[in-house]
Amino acid sequence: MSLYRDEGVVLRVQKLGEADRIITLLTRRHGRIRAVAKGVRRTRSKFGASVEPFSHVDVQLYAGRNLDIVTQAESLTAYGEQLVGDYSRYTAGTAVLETAERLTAEEREPALRLFLLVIGALRTLTERDPSLVLDAFLLRAMSVSGYAPALLDCARCGAAGPHRAFSVPAGGVVCAACRPAGAASPPPATLALMADLMAGEWEAAEATETRTRRDASGLVAAHLQWHLERGLRSLPLVERR
Amino acid sequence: MYEGAVQDLIDELGRLPGVGPKSAQRIAFHLLAADPADVKRLVTALTEVKDKVRFCRICGNVTEQDECRVCRDPRRDLTAICVVEESKDVVAIEKTREFRGRYHVLGGAISPIEGIGPDDLRVRELMTRLADGTVEELILATDPNLEGEATAAYLARLVKPMGLRVTRLASGLPVGGDLEYADEVTLGRAFEGRRQVDV
Repeated sequence: MSLYRDEGVVLRVQKLGEADRIITLLTRRHGRIRAVAKGVRRTRSKFGASVEPFSHVDVQLYAGRNLDIVTQAESLTAYGEQLVGDYSRYTAGTAVLETAERLTAEEREPALRLFLLVIGALRTLTERDPSLVLDAFLLRAMSVSGYAPALLDCARCGAAGPHRAFSVPAGGVVCAACRPAGAASPPPATLALMADLMAGEWEAAEATETRTRRDASGLVAAHLQWHLERGLRSLPLVERR
Repeated sequence: MYEGAVQDLIDELGRLPGVGPKSAQRIAFHLLAADPADVKRLVTALTEVKDKVRFCRICGNVTEQDECRVCRDPRRDLTAICVVEESKDVVAIEKTREFRGRYHVLGGAISPIEGIGPDDLRVRELMTRLADGTVEELILATDPNLEGEATAAYLARLVKPMGLRVTRLASGLPVGGDLEYADEVTLGRAFEGRRQVDV
């Protein structure tokens, strides 16, 4: 497999040397990979524009010893072009990319469902409230990675819900008997919104009030950061409307 | 592995960008064989760059005085400010001799994934400069990559209520290049920004 082809989303780019970049891709078949794109920072580069963050690209890679080398790249959809014009969408988008990178712990471990979620989120970001899209993505991405918060039945004993208390360390809603100290008591509407976002019930989600959305965002962020152990750098910079 | 001072020099040189272990070794031995006066000059240059150079009070460009050469120049147009990411960009634009206004160096671009937000750049200083109303045009000359575009979009939205003319550098085909080798995004932008040909 010295030369192979795949499609992927560019998650991150880092400068390397004079004119090269290391790009981190989440691919359909090979999971997260890091590859060197040579000469892309030169103005004459043929594929510089197609390996920008958010780009959905069709790439040909040459398997190197440590890092792979991008030999060809063709842009399928440049989501970045659609997102940069709007600061809220752009910052929400970067949080999607950083989460995808952090949730793929191992390189080359296939993560098809996460890949599809990222593509879906980037597409939806241009159409719906970016803050809601981001929270929906975070919930579903956690669910794909095995960190789904319990939203109905108790996270500890499994007692049938609905319950009032939400505890991040316990893993979601908890019943009155299991409730640990320091658990939050969000309004029922907040938990309902999270369930709607998880299920993709956009109409119900978009009918909620700003305060409910802010509460839900807070719980989602707390839950995510608890499981990632180290906070996301882009999350505090997301502009919430 | 060499002894003491030689190895220390190789290690220090090897930390510079773009200098690998072999290059570091080559430079170290070049310095060892060089005239002592040449090495002295290099040492002075290195010390002075850290001692004397600071950032312009007005635009943030590198300078040895309180204000940089561009900001001190009375012939510069005070009604236009060109926003760039780095001091290197000021030099690049100065070489074109196209722009007679002043600059504002942000010190980078907005990149949430690296944890860099608007508060980490010299955005507040820019807003202070624009507040007195002398500036009529703001030229956004951040890099034509994703972070640069996002920064430009952010600044454009921020200064919109001030009612000044905000422009963005054009994107398009490089001079001396072939059309068929241009990537789709660049070629698309070139079409978008095409101009009337005056005959």
